[in-house]
Amino acid sequence: MSSLKEIKMNNVLLQVINLVTCFPLEKTKLFQKTPFLCAVNGVSFDLKKGETLGLVGESGCGKTTTGRSILRLVEPTAGQILFEDEDVSVLTGQDMRAFRRSAQMVFQDPFASLNPKLVVADEPVSALDVSIQAQIINLMVRLQEEFNISYLFISHDLAVVEHISHRVAIMYLGKIVEIAPAENIYAKPAHPYTKALLSAIPVPDPRSRIKGMVLRGDIPNPADPPSGCTFRTRCPIAEDVCSREVAEMREIGPDHLAACHALQPAGAE
Amino acid sequence: MDRTNNSEPILKLEDLSTHFAVPEGIARAVEHLSYHVFEGETLGVVGESGCGKSVAALSILRLIPIPPGRIASGKILFMGQNLLELPMKKMRKIRGDQISMVFQDPMTSFNPVFTIGYQLSKVFTLHQKLSRKEAVKRSVDMLEACEIPSPERIMKVYPHQLSGGMRQRVMIAMALGCNPTVLIADEPTTALDVTIQAEILDLILRLKKKFGMAMILITHDLGIIANSAQRVVVMYAGEKVEEADVLSLFEKPGHPYTIALMKSLPHLGKTKKFLNEIEGVVPPPFRVIQGCKFAERCPEAMERCRKERPRLRSIEKGHMVACHL
Repeated sequence: MSSLKEIKMNNVLLQVINLVTCFPLEKTKLFQKTPFLCAVNGVSFDLKKGETLGLVGESGCGKTTTGRSILRLVEPTAGQILFEDEDVSVLTGQDMRAFRRSAQMVFQDPFASLNPKLVVADEPVSALDVSIQAQIINLMVRLQEEFNISYLFISHDLAVVEHISHRVAIMYLGKIVEIAPAENIYAKPAHPYTKALLSAIPVPDPRSRIKGMVLRGDIPNPADPPSGCTFRTRCPIAEDVCSREVAEMREIGPDHLAACHALQPAGAE
Repeated sequence: MDRTNNSEPILKLEDLSTHFAVPEGIARAVEHLSYHVFEGETLGVVGESGCGKSVAALSILRLIPIPPGRIASGKILFMGQNLLELPMKKMRKIRGDQISMVFQDPMTSFNPVFTIGYQLSKVFTLHQKLSRKEAVKRSVDMLEACEIPSPERIMKVYPHQLSGGMRQRVMIAMALGCNPTVLIADEPTTALDVTIQAEILDLILRLKKKFGMAMILITHDLGIIANSAQRVVVMYAGEKVEEADVLSLFEKPGHPYTIALMKSLPHLGKTKKFLNEIEGVVPPPFRVIQGCKFAERCPEAMERCRKERPRLRSIEKGHMVACHL
């Protein structure tokens, strides 16, 4: 894996700007306006050539819909997706086919026969045993080195994501709540959800057992998300402001953004 | 864990072999497997898919379909009696009452057309011969013990109306309902998200302590083993390759397979470019192998390994390894 610094800064392959993807739900009452479930609710990130961005979150957080929206396997409701500076959302016919050739979705089998520039890999190793998982991850790293492929690596497994990714984005209820270089996600997690995810992972070391409970309660229904910061219902440090105001993504360090009212923006101290 | 040296294990597998007739021949899913669990202890059984860890558990409860399955050898001693010799009627009484099981996917363990309350209270009317009213009360108590909010409401809903974490809590309430002596948990959190997994594991361990049960925790996840087990059995291709105290296993793993498995895991906070791979794949269970089943993938295999099956030998107190090295 080439280091983040080796990946040229202005070599952006993919830009996702304020992506929103909603699905209509069935009406439950007569004369009701059609309710919507916004699986992806304002997601922005960019991906450089030869870079791996890990997209992590629990079920229903919208990570899979994000990947599918980028490839237009589902139609985004709003936002822009720029692939090599071209807006993917207006592509038709031959152009769309050309885009699909250079951007591939991988579900279980990363041995794409074509030579893509971007691979959206959705849980490519989660169904595999660890001994096989290592083989596949190493293969993906080798292919990236050889062909300078970019990966959007979608997974619920933070340990795997941290291993393979240059940068990691943490999603919760349709939004990215933190994005940072992979080593920072582990060493300096900022968002309370990232911290909870990290401490919930059982580490294969009997001397560092999980201490007590990390989070209480289930993930809220994405069709009816909480007001303000959507994590506040499970957040151990939630305050009044969190129910009133949406927490926006702010830079809290170099290349490190997080969306939490409790965090000081970079340079504020 | 308080355990006197001379105490007998509550459950003991002795030389268990479970085979299945398949078109290719005989699949030896479990071969000459021995393990035991003491009262109040958590035994972790770890291995990758197809290693036989679940088949062994189903054999304990005699839930293996016969045919195509067959218990080819061995004994399963539960409080001294061989479960394999019991008449089915007696076995049904033990199952769910004294030995109960939690499965990976609670959705497939519930009947979708009955309410949670109906299915849960059935446990008490069947096993403990409680009246309908008493059974409902007991069910609500059990849901409460499993930290399910508004248990009376949950009694009236159907399985699909619950989240995965909630369904697993109900499953646990059902398994613990009759206060079993041994709980077998087969990948109890594999289908759950990591934050929910942490909650459920924490709940299982606390309830285990509260009710003083022994537990056999079956998982593919070495992290869960490190977090929850006291003693560990490592299985590969139907056999036990290593057995040790949890600290000893992680600090001084003895079998090349255990070592390779640990090295192939990505570790949080430790960056390296490539993971250690275990080359090749697990041999199919119907292939007859003379020597060590791991030999073809083992980086240290010698001539002897391909010819002669290694016996378990002790490398220190309570730590056994099946390897010629």
